[in-house]
Amino acid sequence: MAQVPVVEDILELSDEPHLVGSRCRSCGTHVFPRQDGCPRCTATDMERVALARRGTLWTWTVQGFAPKAPPYLGDTEHFEPFGVGYVELPHELKVEARLTEADPERLHVGMEMELVLVPLSTDDDGNEIVTFGFQPVEEERSS
Amino acid sequence: MTDVAIVGIGMHEFGRTEDVSGLQQGVVAVRRAVADAGIGWEDVQFAYGGSMAAGAADTMVSHLGLTGLQFINVANGCATGGSALFTAANAIQAGAYDVGIAVGFDKHERGAFRVRTGSRGKDWYGASGLALTTQFFAMKINRYAERYGITPRTLARVAAKAYRNGAENPMAWRRKPLSEDEILASPMLSYPLTHYMFCSPGEGGVALVLCRADQAHRYTATPTYLRAAVVRSRRFGSFEVLSPWIALEDAPGPTVDASRAAYEMAGIGPDDVDVAQLQDTEAGAEVMHMAENGFCEDGEQERMIAEGETEISGRLPVNTDGGCIANGEPIGASGLRQVYENVLQLRGDAGTRQVPGDPRVAYTHVYGAPGISAVTILSR
Ligand SMILES: [Zn+2]
Repeated sequence: MAQVPVVEDILELSDEPHLVGSRCRSCGTHVFPRQDGCPRCTATDMERVALARRGTLWTWTVQGFAPKAPPYLGDTEHFEPFGVGYVELPHELKVEARLTEADPERLHVGMEMELVLVPLSTDDDGNEIVTFGFQPVEEERSS
Repeated sequence: MTDVAIVGIGMHEFGRTEDVSGLQQGVVAVRRAVADAGIGWEDVQFAYGGSMAAGAADTMVSHLGLTGLQFINVANGCATGGSALFTAANAIQAGAYDVGIAVGFDKHERGAFRVRTGSRGKDWYGASGLALTTQFFAMKINRYAERYGITPRTLARVAAKAYRNGAENPMAWRRKPLSEDEILASPMLSYPLTHYMFCSPGEGGVALVLCRADQAHRYTATPTYLRAAVVRSRRFGSFEVLSPWIALEDAPGPTVDASRAAYEMAGIGPDDVDVAQLQDTEAGAEVMHMAENGFCEDGEQERMIAEGETEISGRLPVNTDGGCIANGEPIGASGLRQVYENVLQLRGDAGTRQVPGDPRVAYTHVYGAPGISAVTILSR
């Protein structure tokens, strides 16, 4: 089954999937998603950049109930709680994302996280629609 | 500059009122407010009003009377009510009018707010399950609690106080007291916040009659004076609701900015405040907003709340009407509800939930999407 990103220009699928943001050529500020003006220095010279795939967890929660659909594209009938957090990408920004871990006992501020794809649903052509998320780096090592 | 007084207040009951539209609840609030001021709708020279989800406020003239007054709609997210009040006060201060109205009302569907952040096919944020205001509040208090030692028991105490105060408020939605243990044992909606720690989207309407302060005694023997009304938006680096990303550098939020500006405008400091209504979207918000509005240092809340300092009988009563947790959050009306409560408290008309000791200075604070804050300070 082919995978398609939830929206183009947010997430680039490849062997090493990554988020797409903008960087201000004047002050170096990173933003996500892309925009054409800098919210920090007000300059309008922004370049397209691939954001880092690894970072540290800055804060987190667990989404305990099914979000309303629409806009949510995931399964609401067989809903499983999922983690949500901000991951600090070094020298770039803190990005909000789903987390693959939903157990409060196994989530803590400062832990190493890396980008993964998270399936949401299937489109009319049979493609798997994916969004982005982060998983604890330790979890990958032990599996 | 002309001073501004509040001489009439009116509210439609908060909660769920089947078969009554949000707009109609606004109409009821206006009728009650003008009656409270001892005037008729035909005496009202101007109005500012708004709702998030219940239609354009200015259409209420067809119910209230087609008097030809200036009626301007206000739409400013969670600060809609605060913005209507701020703008109405400005109209009086500018000398354009002598007496007018600020009104807010709303009616939302059940469950968490449905937030759409883009057109169909472009709304990756909502599609991914991230467009929930509840997640932000949980993530903000989760980080804060770890950093400053705020326990789940304290969050439960805040919510229990809200239901206890709501039980004393005939206008409130949730009027049944709940124990701290019941609150802690309710389903975990968004860690560390349980079901009963959250407010719910709801319904209701509030209207205020404002006039030139030097004419206030024509309308009432107990005017309250608007000493400050401030609205602020977010700055770079602050951590705000519904943000797909935030900057590496940290900046204080719009609440801190609005609060400081309001104290300066009023020439009043946090120590002078006798009663405060602070945005309590959930229990964690009330805790953090105590510090952001200058009422304590970060982390002091744990002790203050345990010792009952924010109870009606305490040193700094907070959310004496039950706050958002007991009243629900009809967005357009929520900020004006806080002002309504403060006017009751300053008049000494708050009944069984009256703050003792003849309060003189009262404070309100709203926070909401998309990173906006509104503060008012009233005095007798
Ligand atoms: Zn810049």
